Amino acid sequence: MEANKRKEILNIEDLFISFNQYEKGLHRVDINVITNLSVNVMEREIVAIVGSSGSGKSLLAHAVLGLLPKNANVRGRISFRGELLTAKRIGELRGKEICLVPQSVGYLDPLMKVGIQVRHSRDDEETKKRQQQLFDDYALKEGTAELYPFELSGGMARRVLLASALMENPKLIIADEPTPGLDLPLAKKAMADFRDFADKGNGVLLITHDIELALEVADRIAVFYAGTTVEEALVSDFDREETLRHPYTKALWRAFPQHGFRSLDGVQPYVKEMPSGCPFAPRCESVEPACSGEIPLRTVAGGTVRCVRFSDNKGEHGEKGAEENEA
Amino acid sequence: MKLEAKNITFGYKKSKTILNDVNLTITESERVALSAPSGFGKTTFCQILAGYEKPWSGQILLDGKPLPKKGYSPVQMIWQHPERAVDPAIRIGDTLAQCPDLDPAVIKGLGIEKDWYQRFPGELSGGEIQRFCIAAALGKETRFLIADEISTMLDLITQSQIWHFLLSETKKRRIGMAFVSHSSDLTDRIATKIVAMEKE
Repeated sequence: MEANKRKEILNIEDLFISFNQYEKGLHRVDINVITNLSVNVMEREIVAIVGSSGSGKSLLAHAVLGLLPKNANVRGRISFRGELLTAKRIGELRGKEICLVPQSVGYLDPLMKVGIQVRHSRDDEETKKRQQQLFDDYALKEGTAELYPFELSGGMARRVLLASALMENPKLIIADEPTPGLDLPLAKKAMADFRDFADKGNGVLLITHDIELALEVADRIAVFYAGTTVEEALVSDFDREETLRHPYTKALWRAFPQHGFRSLDGVQPYVKEMPSGCPFAPRCESVEPACSGEIPLRTVAGGTVRCVRFSDNKGEHGEKGAEENEA
Repeated sequence: MKLEAKNITFGYKKSKTILNDVNLTITESERVALSAPSGFGKTTFCQILAGYEKPWSGQILLDGKPLPKKGYSPVQMIWQHPERAVDPAIRIGDTLAQCPDLDPAVIKGLGIEKDWYQRFPGELSGGEIQRFCIAAALGKETRFLIADEISTMLDLITQSQIWHFLLSETKKRRIGMAFVSHSSDLTDRIATKIVAMEKE
């Protein structure tokens, strides 16, 4: 019931992204990097997108912010607070109502001291005070504001990027891998800040491969594999392997250091050689012929999954079959 | 064999000392986790251990002798950002071919596939590039590995693939290792010894 009262902040529906690339000479090809992606963020909610590197997570962030290069084709609907995001609208909102915490330190201007950079070149007392407060909160020592980006360690730069996003009062923060390089207390502090930020009625889209951290703060987890969402699960579903739905999520669960640290052979398929149907099929232990067909997203036990084992006529039976296979 | 850091003092600016009189010994087959807060100088220390930075004072000794100045170093480093450790304008196979001391068994064990050689780094995922970097670091002469957060950019499955391989290889060849990781669960799985670095 409560969910109905909350408003939707971000809604991405059936997103496709492809790049038009030159192969040899004038021959051009379209490479599909994101297919059939749907995810939404409500008020007071942190939604984590987890997935392997190279699965298209950062592209998603860039698509929402309209930062994709010119050779990208985007199809699908992205709306922000019920309003369709057009290129013009994104330009107005970017950096104000929607803020990005970028993945790499390379997003800082190398020729500008970080203090003034975080203040977005404003120099009035109030802004300075807020910036100093944020730097103190993140244990950035006095004098950090006077440093250039190259003088910062990886973890310090990460904190500067976080402070920069929190400087404005955005409605939505998109955080692209905000924690690598941070030690555990700082990473947890960043996560707690996202939680606080969300609890004030805002939304956070947390893009990460660090599921363990995501599980601590997020409300929902969308699992990404090779450019598509294979499953959307509640955080509590990750308590046990059996409550997870997709074989990839299960494999991910088993790779946790505390759950056996089991690895899986093979790699994610290359974008130019994507199999039809489920992208995880080549590595899946319960693969069947139907896996190469079109697989719709289904709602199962409060989450969603894109797997043939959950097609209408199988349902719960499919789940049992998988357990037998694993045993 | 042992790798020693003796009384290492270092800073990037004259006015600011980052590492002050740091000592560490790693013996063969040992896997030492370096633990310290963010911004402490772990990466800097790793670079000094592997010979990428010259300390102000103190020295790095391999069995009592300084690291060789020429040729393939027996102390090899694997970096946190694999995509920055390779030349983006050169096909990855050609980058790997520059390494004089490759071990074909390592390439096979890492699951590097033939058709990856023809791709540029931008066409490979972080986990795939990191496999090449590990192959380059695990030459036949390698005695010690310095691994600076090598799996933080990778998902759990890739992380466990890579660590399983590194564990079996270092055990087999009695390679010593110093590594940095912020994940305590991972450290518990891998380390034979944990060294906490602290300011005096």
